[in-house]
Amino acid sequence: MNTQVRIQANNVSFTYEDAPSPALSQVEFEVREGEFIAVLGHNGSGKSTLAKLLNALYLPTEGRILVCGFDTGKEENIWEVRRRAGMIFQNPDNQIVATVVKEDVAFGLENLGVPTEEMYPRVESALSAVQMNRYADSAPHLLSGGQKQRVAVAGILAMEPSVIIADEATAMLDPSGRREVLETVRSLNRNKGITVVWITHFMEEAAQADRILVVSDGKIVVSGTPREVFEDIDRIRDLHLDVPRMTALAAELRKEGMPLREGILTVEEMAEEVERLCPLKSAT
Amino acid sequence: MSIEVRHLTHTYGEGSVLKTVALDDISFTVEPGEFVGIVGHTGSGKSTLVQHLNGLLKPTSGQILIDGQDLNGEKVDRRALRQRIGLVFQYPEYQLFEETVAKDIAFGPKNQGLPADEIDRRVRKAMESVHLDYGKYAEKSPFELSGGQMRRAAIAGVLAMEPEVLILDEPTAGLDPRGRDRILTMLEELRAREHTTILMVSHSMEDMARLASRLLVICEGKLAADGSPRELFSRPGLMSSVGLDIPEAARLCAVLRAKGYDLPADLYRPEELREHLLRLWKEASAC
Repeated sequence: MNTQVRIQANNVSFTYEDAPSPALSQVEFEVREGEFIAVLGHNGSGKSTLAKLLNALYLPTEGRILVCGFDTGKEENIWEVRRRAGMIFQNPDNQIVATVVKEDVAFGLENLGVPTEEMYPRVESALSAVQMNRYADSAPHLLSGGQKQRVAVAGILAMEPSVIIADEATAMLDPSGRREVLETVRSLNRNKGITVVWITHFMEEAAQADRILVVSDGKIVVSGTPREVFEDIDRIRDLHLDVPRMTALAAELRKEGMPLREGILTVEEMAEEVERLCPLKSAT
Repeated sequence: MSIEVRHLTHTYGEGSVLKTVALDDISFTVEPGEFVGIVGHTGSGKSTLVQHLNGLLKPTSGQILIDGQDLNGEKVDRRALRQRIGLVFQYPEYQLFEETVAKDIAFGPKNQGLPADEIDRRVRKAMESVHLDYGKYAEKSPFELSGGQMRRAAIAGVLAMEPEVLILDEPTAGLDPRGRDRILTMLEELRAREHTTILMVSHSMEDMARLASRLLVICEGKLAADGSPRELFSRPGLMSSVGLDIPEAARLCAVLRAKGYDLPADLYRPEELREHLLRLWKEASAC
C-alpha cells in the first residue's frame, strides 16, 4: 500500500441497528498525508456517521476502512486506529474529563500507559502547539469555548496522531472562537503535516480546505477543490448547502454581464477582480 | 408592547468570592415591531440579558418595564406579562418531550387553560408559521424529525402562546444552510404578518444584516453600542474591537474604499454592493 495514504475507504456502508436504510452506502475515498479535507452535508446526510467510522467508534457494515494502513474492522487494531486518528466533537463541554487543563491533556496518554516522565514533556509541547500553555494549571470550566476546543486538540496532539478528525468543532463557538480553533488546526496541518478531516456547516471554513467532499443521503455526491465544488451554485443549493457569499455575489454580477473570473471565494479575491475590471484612474 | 430596560445590573454570586458582574448598568427601549439583534462574544452577557426580559432572572438593580409596568414589581401579574413574551432558548429541541409534535406544541396553551378548540387552532397556526405540515407531522413523534424540523417544532411551541414579543437565543446554531435559511425566512414572515416584535441573539453578522433593524452590542456586560446595522457595520473598528465580525459585503466595501474606490461608506448588504459594483464596472467600461 502507498504509505502516503492516511485514510482509505473502500466501498463502505453503514446501517444503524433496526434502521430501514443505510446511513452511508458504498462510500469510496482516500485522504493523503498532509491534506486538509472539508466534509459538507446537510443535517442527517451521514457526515457524522462517516467521522465516527474513521475513528473506529463505528465499524463498517460492509466494506473496509484503513487508517494509516490499519483496518478499523479488526478488533486488535482499535487502539492503533484511535491513537493515529484523534477526534474533536462539537460540544466543548462534553469532552473535558479532568479538573485541571494539563491533566485533561494527559488523559489519553494515561490510557495508553505512557510513563509519567514522558508524559510531562508531551503534554507541555501539545499545550504550546495550541497556545494554551499559560493555562496548564487552570480549571477547564473557566475557559472560553474556543479555548476548551483547543485543549481538546492538545489532548489529541499529545497522542502524536497522524490525522485529526473534527466533527463540527466550531458549531457552538462565537466568531473569534471559531477563528482561533480553525487557525490552530490549520497551523498543525501546515507545520506538522497532520492530515485533517474537517466536518462543518460553514462554507467559509470549507473554502479554506485543499479538497471538499459533499455527503448527501449517505453518499459522496461531489468531490473537488473548493473552487470546483462551489462553482456549481445550483447543485450545491439543491444539496441544502450554500456557497461562500463572495462566490454568490460574483455569480450574480456575471449574470449582469460583468466578466469576473470563475472561482472567487474570498473578499480579497473579489477586490482583486474589481481592481482588474474597473481600474482606478490615476490622480495625475 | 414596549420593553424598557432601565439601568439593569446583574451580579452572579453576590457576597461570595466568585462575585461576577454579568450585566452592568444597561439601558435601552424596544418599540413594537422592531427586529433587534443582540450581539457579543461568548460570555459577554447576552443570554443573561435575555433571561431578564421575560422575568427568568431578577435584576440585582435596575428595572424592566413592560408597557410601563415593572416586570418585577410587587403588584404585577408576572405570569400574565410573561405569557406575552415568548423566549426560545438555545438548542430548544432538547426540551421537546411529548409523544407527538401536536401535543408538544399544545403544552403551553393547555397550561394557560385555553379551551380545546382554541388549543387546536393555535397548534395548527403555529405549525403553519414554522412550515411544518400539520397533516404530515402533527401525529409524529418529535424525535422522528430532522434536526432543523425539531428546532422549528420547538419554536412552534412558543409561538402557540401567541406572544407579542419573541426572543430567540441563537436560533440557527448548529443547523445546515437550508435549516438556517428556513428559520430566518420564518422570522421575516412572522414579523411582516403578525407585527411581532423580535429580539434575536446571534453570532452571525450575515443573519443580522439580513434581518435586524437595530443592533445592541454587548461587551463585558456593558452596552457597547446601540444603532442600526448600517451605522454600526460602517463604523471603522467598532465590531472588531468587541471581538465580532462584519458581514463580508461590508468588508468588501471597506477594502475597496481603502483602495480609493468611490463607494458609500455604509453598504452592508450583498444586493446593495452588487448595484454599486455594476455601476463602477459600467463607468470603467465607458471610457
